Amino acid sequence: MILGSINPAVLMAALMVAATPILLAAIGELVVEKSGVLNLGVEGMMIMGACIGFIVAVNTGSPLIGFAGAALGGMALALLFALLTQALMTNQVASGLALTLFGLGLTALLGQQYVGITPPRTPRLDLGPLAEIPFFGRAFFRHDIVVYLSILLVGAVWWFLKYSRAGMILRAVGENHDAAHALGYSVKRVRLLAIVFGGACAGLGGAYLSLIRVPQWTEGMTVGAGWIALALVVFASWRPWRALAGAYLFGGVVVLQLNLQAAGVRIPVEYLSMSPYLITILVLVIISSGKGRGSLNAPGSLNRPFHASS
Amino acid sequence: MIRLEKRKQPSRFWRIANPFLAVALTMLAGGVMFAALGKDPLVAIRLIFFDPIFSETFASYSRPQLLIKSAPLILIAVGLAIGFKAGIWNIGAEGQYIIGALFGAGVALAFFPQPGWYIFPLMVIAGAFGGFLWAMIPAILKTRFNTNEILVSLLLVYVAERILAAMALGLMRNPDQPGFPGSRDLRRYEAAHNAELFANTGIHWGVVAALIAVIFAYVMMTRHMLGFHVQLAGQAPRAARFGGVSPTRLVVICLGISGALAGLAGMFEVSGPGGQVRIEFASGYGFTAIIVAFLGRLNPLGIVFAGLLLGLTYIGGELSQMMLQIPGAAIQVFQGMLLFFLLALDFQTNYRIRLTKGARA
Amino acid sequence: MKKLLTAAVLSAALATPALADTTKAGFIYIGPVGDFGWTAGHDRARREMAEHFGDAVETTIVENVDYGADAERVMTQMALSGTDVIFAASFGYGPDVNAVAGRFPNVAFQHATGYIQDHPNISLYDARFYEGRAVLGHIAGKMTETNTVGYIASFPIPAVIAGINSAYLHAKAVNPDIQFRIIWTYSWFDPALEADAAETLIEQGADVIMQHTDSTAAIRVAEDAGVMAFGQASDMTQFGPNAHLTAIVDRWAPYYISRVQAVIDGTWEAQNSWLGFADGIIEMAPWNDRMPAELQAEADALVAAIAAGEYHPFTGPINRQDGTPWLAEGEVAPDGDLATMDFYVEGITADLPN
Repeated sequence: MILGSINPAVLMAALMVAATPILLAAIGELVVEKSGVLNLGVEGMMIMGACIGFIVAVNTGSPLIGFAGAALGGMALALLFALLTQALMTNQVASGLALTLFGLGLTALLGQQYVGITPPRTPRLDLGPLAEIPFFGRAFFRHDIVVYLSILLVGAVWWFLKYSRAGMILRAVGENHDAAHALGYSVKRVRLLAIVFGGACAGLGGAYLSLIRVPQWTEGMTVGAGWIALALVVFASWRPWRALAGAYLFGGVVVLQLNLQAAGVRIPVEYLSMSPYLITILVLVIISSGKGRGSLNAPGSLNRPFHASS
Repeated sequence: MIRLEKRKQPSRFWRIANPFLAVALTMLAGGVMFAALGKDPLVAIRLIFFDPIFSETFASYSRPQLLIKSAPLILIAVGLAIGFKAGIWNIGAEGQYIIGALFGAGVALAFFPQPGWYIFPLMVIAGAFGGFLWAMIPAILKTRFNTNEILVSLLLVYVAERILAAMALGLMRNPDQPGFPGSRDLRRYEAAHNAELFANTGIHWGVVAALIAVIFAYVMMTRHMLGFHVQLAGQAPRAARFGGVSPTRLVVICLGISGALAGLAGMFEVSGPGGQVRIEFASGYGFTAIIVAFLGRLNPLGIVFAGLLLGLTYIGGELSQMMLQIPGAAIQVFQGMLLFFLLALDFQTNYRIRLTKGARA
Repeated sequence: MKKLLTAAVLSAALATPALADTTKAGFIYIGPVGDFGWTAGHDRARREMAEHFGDAVETTIVENVDYGADAERVMTQMALSGTDVIFAASFGYGPDVNAVAGRFPNVAFQHATGYIQDHPNISLYDARFYEGRAVLGHIAGKMTETNTVGYIASFPIPAVIAGINSAYLHAKAVNPDIQFRIIWTYSWFDPALEADAAETLIEQGADVIMQHTDSTAAIRVAEDAGVMAFGQASDMTQFGPNAHLTAIVDRWAPYYISRVQAVIDGTWEAQNSWLGFADGIIEMAPWNDRMPAELQAEADALVAAIAAGEYHPFTGPINRQDGTPWLAEGEVAPDGDLATMDFYVEGITADLPN
């Protein structure tokens, strides 16, 4: 009776929106990890995208240019990470964490003048008659363009990794960098490109928060979304479509939790808010149990530095 | 064409010289930033690096504070470094720190208000056990199901943070102050208070524990078989397995040690400088300690210096906010720069820059 | 070595106590001054206070200070550098303020929203936000067409619970069919989550959104959905010109000015102040024009009555949620009950998380 007030179509629509920022960041990080690099600085790159995207959108009046700026912002921070880990051979875990610290501080400085400003509005994509279909229209066809772009991006990354020659090289580099090097591929160049792509995606994810989801700029506004994106990649066992499913599942748990609360269902909120993390751990266990690393699909060279010795 | 060439042996000179060069470069780059913000760069840098130790006004107070701020970082980082050496990535020390604090505080609150010499030692044991237990979750999942410990330990941080909030609002709430979140102030409960051992030195049991952990880790890594196994597993996993090193055992030991030390750090903090279980008790020591571990090159002695240096920038950063009105965010950027320079310059220890003719990548 | 000595000499010069006629006021904040919420409210007041005194007062701030050892250290360093009065602007600084105050009996400590007062140099101050919530409740009850109010709450602590109760009672008084739907976010600041919460509430029929969390996300969601909302801590009209009906604006400035004046005059004494409309510490942001003139007049009258002390938002008869009596007919809630409130009043259907 109480649950009657929850509309499944709206729930679906809401979870797609809630999932989009983490999905964007996760699909980028997935490519980075597939190339054998672990970049823990996703949170830093996301907040950078949120900030730069906001600044650019406000100054140009165009949310789309803002998103482009956000991608560039994320890429700039990713380049710093690439310089450190690929050229200077620093440890990836430490560099990634430092990147997050740096990104949070830098954006707080850059964004000081932009607190309390409303950014230009991103319109919803007009899908005409599709939006009018019962249930499906409300659930799937009344979103802004970035929601659809994020899904397209997942498809593109899936195709790229599975069917393109460049994708094959990227996987080879991630799987065994020594072998890839012996075959004549430039391990560092491949990884550099992957890291930069990851930065761009994280930047877009951040900008989705500051330009569409919230929309405002406040320092630290990503509040851990980057860390969730990292979890998603493993949750997805490095498979793009599973990342999509995982992001929607995660968004779904958050949105459902809020719906149950609003409907007055007696739920222990403080414990329920742990559930997305516990479920992710559970799924991790199920996916990885008993089948060994091969089925886990983990890149063989993940988090291992590469230096061409010849 | 510039290329890096791996040194046959790590350079001793650069190992010592790098940190100084990194600090100098950070001063330079940070100085430019401070100047751009309209602050006197010389004064800012003096406030961050020198005043906490040498200023007449602050030093007598902030020198001991350096120990208080750095001790948990060092204690956690020493444990993490052992695992990192073995290629076991516990990045959830923050969660183990929280659970350790909750276990320690739980013991204290259970005994309140009884006096008793045995209460504090029990808290120490409980704190270490709590951190150990929390680290055993990723350890067991990894050994039983081959689940990635990086992710599980990280996810458990978020779970621990929520348990902390639930405890501060519920079970551990101070019954004498109905309605307010937060437990009793353990500093006001003598049997449970992790007080300064010598007045105005900043030395509490957590500092002592950090010192012991550093010595223990140093001896273990250089003199003990276990240390050898750890190094072997990290550098040549396959050789280690043939050499009879059980990966399962190593995962449990490494995660167990780092979890227990992080738990201890949390317990010493909650019963001393932190004072009580509150929603916002965790302030990122567990994550900062990861950086400390790497800045110290996973070496116990290096970690001591790295922990003290980072502690210095925190305390000096506060001073520069206070005295010069430098925004907190600029201090964060400054710390980020310091980390980047320290990490970036480290390549000189293991690599040599060579200028070569011709372009062979 | 020489360089270090020079540094020491320099810093000694820098730390020379301020000229006798300059009063130094230090502020420590839990968040960044740019949060557009709680910390921004205090910093706004600090700037107003500094402007009021001009050269006579020098202010200094440290942001993002965690509770515990960090807070203790920052306050100690402030005290060491000759600060005369320290404002600790967050509930959680309580134990730390008391620890430092014991060591610096000549420094005045002002602790916001706290309750521990172990030393004669600690003043406590807080705002009666529930007075403002009563006005919001009244407006919400009148304005809603769906008879459903959505409430985004942070943590189940007395100040937040009292706010919900006050809003509910006054909405109920003008609209017997009113329903409150409440979402706890378990965070003070999470823009994305607050936006999701607002959307959920609207979807479940709420057409007025109230929040006790710091971000402006909910206002914007309400604006886009074409429903109404109230701002938090500051006037948030710019985020939703149509949706934003009004807001409880934190105005600590008059209090800060009076306390610093007392320090200058040498008349500062420890107090425990719980201030409301009467003291100008909270005020309502300008009414939105979409509120009927009649309702605006009622709201003005309610503010005036509370400010004049003629009306207390918690006046009996009021029962607890379980039906047991709390306040008898005409009885006014004692401050102690409000400061420790841990129950909903009768009529709220949701369960209070424990």
